[in-house]
Amino acid sequence: MIERSPFFNFVTYLAMAIGAFLVVIPFWITLVAGSQSLQEVSRVPINLWPSSHLWENLQVAWARADLGPKMINSFIVAIGVTVGKIVLASLSAFAIVFFNFRGRMISFWAIFITLMLPLEVRIVPTYAIAANALLPFQAILDVTGISWAVNALSGVQVSLNWNLLNSYTGLILPLVATATGTFLYRQFFMTIPDELVEASKMDGAKPLEFFVDVLIPLSRTNMLALATIMFVSSWNQYLWPLLVTTDRANFGTVVMQLKALIPAQNGTPDWNVTMAGALIIMLPPLLVVAFMQRWFVRGLISRDK
Amino acid sequence: MERTAYYRNSVLPWLLLAPQLLLVLVFFYWPTSQALYWAFTLEQPWGGGNAWVGLQNFLNIFRDNAYWATVLRSGLYALVTTGLSMSVALILASFVDRSLKGTKFFQSVYVWPYAIAAPAAGVAFRFIFAPESGLVGSLNEIWPGLWNPAINGGQALLMVMVCHAWLGIGYNFIFFLAALQMIPRSINEAGAMDGARPLRRIFDLQLPLIAPTAFFLLIMNIISSFTDSFGLIDTMTEGGPYGQTEVMVYKIYFDGFKTLDYSGAAAQSIVLMFIVIGLTFIQFKWVERRVHYH
Repeated sequence: MIERSPFFNFVTYLAMAIGAFLVVIPFWITLVAGSQSLQEVSRVPINLWPSSHLWENLQVAWARADLGPKMINSFIVAIGVTVGKIVLASLSAFAIVFFNFRGRMISFWAIFITLMLPLEVRIVPTYAIAANALLPFQAILDVTGISWAVNALSGVQVSLNWNLLNSYTGLILPLVATATGTFLYRQFFMTIPDELVEASKMDGAKPLEFFVDVLIPLSRTNMLALATIMFVSSWNQYLWPLLVTTDRANFGTVVMQLKALIPAQNGTPDWNVTMAGALIIMLPPLLVVAFMQRWFVRGLISRDK
Repeated sequence: MERTAYYRNSVLPWLLLAPQLLLVLVFFYWPTSQALYWAFTLEQPWGGGNAWVGLQNFLNIFRDNAYWATVLRSGLYALVTTGLSMSVALILASFVDRSLKGTKFFQSVYVWPYAIAAPAAGVAFRFIFAPESGLVGSLNEIWPGLWNPAINGGQALLMVMVCHAWLGIGYNFIFFLAALQMIPRSINEAGAMDGARPLRRIFDLQLPLIAPTAFFLLIMNIISSFTDSFGLIDTMTEGGPYGQTEVMVYKIYFDGFKTLDYSGAAAQSIVLMFIVIGLTFIQFKWVERRVHYH
């Protein structure tokens, strides 16, 4: 605030209040509808004040969408992807920034360019890969004639097969490669002064010791920032789990279950249960964003600097 | 800053990079090359692999009016969601940037939508806009049959776009606020000394200075409208009614997995890929022109 202007201050508060209203109203409606009985939620116009049925609705939604096991799956996937991304991103960035080797820039660009290939534009072929993750290697063997040679020499038909459908590996692995994470770590590592590297070399530390003893502790803030955005985005994944799990009962995630909670066209319009379910599913990433906001904002902003 | 202290080792860096490079190869480059392969070939109905058909798949989709309808719809979708979400976020960020007492509370609330999965927001907004429910559906009490996105394509699209714009508010807000806060106080104060009122300063000082961020966000929002719309449309309308909310990404999914037309879906993927690559390129070009205050 630079000058005193009571009128403009009033306008500011008014605008911020309207903004907060716009942002909060969907959450509020979800909460309110989730706390009402079937009768209350079907009232036109609806009463926008919470009622007393929240707990039973949560229970019904929990049971109907089988949210117990799905929650566990979601946590496994979100944490697996987050940890995987951080490990891979930091290792790759370490190699790219602190080693002088041929292929340094090519490796960086090979990772970075994947930014331009979001999952949505390669869904159909990625699905084929998920059915057999070794397909590219099979193709290489076929094209180079190695499989033919092996077949001719030993009579063994080379057919590499690794099915990722309906497995945690399949849910996690394809999401672990991270251009943004690698970029973020690279940006951070580039700010590490040369003197630190020299000093560590002088102490006789091996590269990996330098990585573990110096870089990891220094990058703790970055790691936290990255972890929060990665957790939120992997929890919220929808398209990939949808494709890779045909066995929903065992490998479905909570976000996939939202659709199952929507009332059927001609069924009971029990939106109260739907909204209670949505509430449960929204909560974990919302808590992360609300309580880790400082880290989260930093992670989001710094990845584009 | 160019680094001078390096480790020298020709094996270790490759070992460190190997896991990520393998994943990138298997899950990004290979599928992309497969998409290209499928886009230029056609599976033989009697089996025996794919036959090269050149540009035939592309000609097929470009001759299809239904495809052009989805392209136009995606364009409209990008325009409306981006415009709506960015303007709301910018207005909120400008006011929050005045840092009046209590602003911190509003600031943290505005970030919330970013945390929400598109399908979760989709379900919530579907209820808000449901014709039989007592929110927007109350309109039907006053004027029966006025609101029904289940049969009115325009209303269905509007509903999806509003939800998409809402979801984007948090992300846009964070970036706008960060950009505004990076403007040195002295610039604003100098403007105030010269007698520029707050609104004038917003339009003549702050907006031009955050133009690069706005451009970055513009591109990110457009890309997101092309890719992230899937979860919303799948939970809100499934492309309906009568395909009137089908955007490009949904059509790829539908043609690929429901009608099993791999070649057609692959050709559409390539088109979408070119759009995304083009947009990203423009953004990279622009990044160098960022404003820095040092």
